[in-house]
Amino acid sequence: MNETSIVVSGLRKRFGPTLALDGMSFTVGPGQVTGFAGPNGAGKSTTMRIVLGLDAPDEGSALVGGRPYRSLPCPLRVVGSLLDAGALQPGRTARNHLLWLAHSQGLTAARVDQVLEQAGLTGVARRRAGGFSLGMRQRLGIAAAMLGDPPVLMLDEPFNGMDPEGIVWIRGFLRALAAEGRAVLLSTHLMSELQDTADHVVLVGRGRVLADRTMPELLARHGSLERAYLELTRDAVEFRAAGSPEASR
Amino acid sequence: MRAALHAEWTKLRTVRGWVVALAVAAVAVVGLGLLAGGQGSCGRNGPQSECVLPVGPGGQEVTDSFTFVHRSLTGDGSITVRLNGLTGVLPRKPGPGGPADSTGPQVAEGDPGDGEPGLAPWAKGGLIVKDGTRPGSTYAAIMLTGAHGVRMQHDYVHDRAGPPVPATTARWLRLTRAGQTITGQESPDGTAWTTVGTVRLPGLPATAQVGAFATSPQYTWVAGGGRGVGGVTGGPSQATATFDSLGLQGTAPDPAWMRTLVGGGAPGQPEEVGAGFRVAGSGDIAPAVAGISGIGTTISQTLIGTFAGLILVVVVATMTMTAEYRRGMIRTTVAAVPRRGRVLLAKAVVLGGTAFGLGVPAAAVVIFVGQRMLRDRGVYVHPASTATEVRLVVGTGLLLAGAAVLALALGTVLRRGFTAVVAGIVVVVLPYLLAMSVLPAEPAQWLLRVTPAAAFALQQSAVSHPQVDHFPIPVNGYFPLSPWAGLAVLAGWTALTLGLAVLSLRRRDV
Repeated sequence: MNETSIVVSGLRKRFGPTLALDGMSFTVGPGQVTGFAGPNGAGKSTTMRIVLGLDAPDEGSALVGGRPYRSLPCPLRVVGSLLDAGALQPGRTARNHLLWLAHSQGLTAARVDQVLEQAGLTGVARRRAGGFSLGMRQRLGIAAAMLGDPPVLMLDEPFNGMDPEGIVWIRGFLRALAAEGRAVLLSTHLMSELQDTADHVVLVGRGRVLADRTMPELLARHGSLERAYLELTRDAVEFRAAGSPEASR
Repeated sequence: MRAALHAEWTKLRTVRGWVVALAVAAVAVVGLGLLAGGQGSCGRNGPQSECVLPVGPGGQEVTDSFTFVHRSLTGDGSITVRLNGLTGVLPRKPGPGGPADSTGPQVAEGDPGDGEPGLAPWAKGGLIVKDGTRPGSTYAAIMLTGAHGVRMQHDYVHDRAGPPVPATTARWLRLTRAGQTITGQESPDGTAWTTVGTVRLPGLPATAQVGAFATSPQYTWVAGGGRGVGGVTGGPSQATATFDSLGLQGTAPDPAWMRTLVGGGAPGQPEEVGAGFRVAGSGDIAPAVAGISGIGTTISQTLIGTFAGLILVVVVATMTMTAEYRRGMIRTTVAAVPRRGRVLLAKAVVLGGTAFGLGVPAAAVVIFVGQRMLRDRGVYVHPASTATEVRLVVGTGLLLAGAAVLALALGTVLRRGFTAVVAGIVVVVLPYLLAMSVLPAEPAQWLLRVTPAAAFALQQSAVSHPQVDHFPIPVNGYFPLSPWAGLAVLAGWTALTLGLAVLSLRRRDV
């Protein structure tokens, strides 16, 4: 098993009457950005929570670098993640938010200042995170994911609330991380951004994988990632407005 | 584990609201303690008004006031008397209902006075041998009591029971001195004697005062179920012992018997001890106690602000967990430290340590400064041993620490900040406040036995003595459990709730 990878196999998870995951299996390899896309309710967030050991699966397993997340002694040095940019104590400054995370991994304040610089937050490091815009919180979340200099990154909707400059920055940043040999899993609804950023796409719907292809394959077959998405997830969408492209076909 | 601890400490110290609230908690413990306590009259009315209690042979402060009909006895000898029962007067009953639920003193016939006829349970009459008439000097006595039968007592704190006869019976009593050894005997008929006790009085000089005595302590009525301090009234009581056949064997240098009010300051008067002579007295020969049935207060009075500090500590400790649930930050925390039991343990150590670290200096300051301020205001404060002071200081820290960890565990199990804060205050602070204000003694004691508030017993400095009616209820500074048993109750609840919290955090998805 590669050190820098996420391997998800046969995940099942039921929340009451809802089957959230129904045999979800895929691999995120090193050295590339893997897009993670699918309709709302497809099971993307549940899968990522299971990878991070936050939720327990009913069946199946998720391994990071060959090990279950919960067995990692300093997990942020193996996997950096951004699930919810709003998960902050609003009274704490940006720097102090990163500081307690750093201390939890045996890292020092010097590393905190490095990631603040990387995320472009040095100027606002001593401001309360509660006053941050969504875009700034996203940058803070990315800085937190980078704290442990991890070989694996997992980001959920990092483009949300970002201004165009921020979007361009993330795109370049993720490409650079993949070029360094890291495995990057990027979950988003923005197909155009994904098309420009990802090398590989895992399309999911109704709790399982619908397509697991390289970007060139998808583009060759469907023309654009957006068309690929709409065609592949046609039968897996739970909510669709009348007059939407798929409904009018 | 070190990293988890470091992270939780950083979390706690970087939220300004929490740091301020914890600082206010320490300030509240000190501030309320210094404000409370009221005024007293000790030392306020000229040089004669200082409150100085006599000190007994063991070094402790004592009450030593009684009526003494005495004579000198040099060397060995013995004194014998027949005591024809005790009668007495109690302070007036509060209200028409009367002392329905008082502990029931035996009501004897006779002596209607200013108050009710009746005997305090520890009213005393009998024989005593004493080093002079100075209050606080060494003594041994054999006596009949209001409700505790025949007793042999010496040097204020030592008490031995004889036959449990009622106060109305006639009883023969005898004290015999042989060197420093005093033997107390009693007899129903003056013929068949039983030894109640033999004690050593190392400080007794060759010539001692021997004779008959009577005294009766402060008496307290509990009215209307004894709600708080308001339902409790009391005052001095009096006992009258009727004697005859007083006989002294040995060398008695004085020509006559004298009657002296020990602790009363006036010189003695000559006394005829014919058949049926009476000795009436008021006071006690016992360790000094604080509160309603004694005088002054204890150093625990200075810790009255602990409940306020406790409320703030409970709020902060709860929020350190519930705020994480509210913002979803618990996911970040658990992603950083996937061993969830470790997360809780780290939080518990940090919060408990912080609460202890602010409680100990706050208690130390308020006890040190507070008792001086009380004395300056003329309040008599019973001195406490260094060991007791240390226990109060450390105990206040432990009380705050235990409550902090309990609140953290409640926050983890309940998840909702408001619910958990209310739960924490209801189980830790409310029982104490109720017990100290509106509750009758019985439910108050029950609450302070079973709830986490039992740990307030760590702050008790009043000492209980079985031979003193010190009225041992919470409002009077007496807790139903010993300090360490009280702490064990809090620790038990905390461990149980923390265990549930660990299970709940481990089992649930976050």
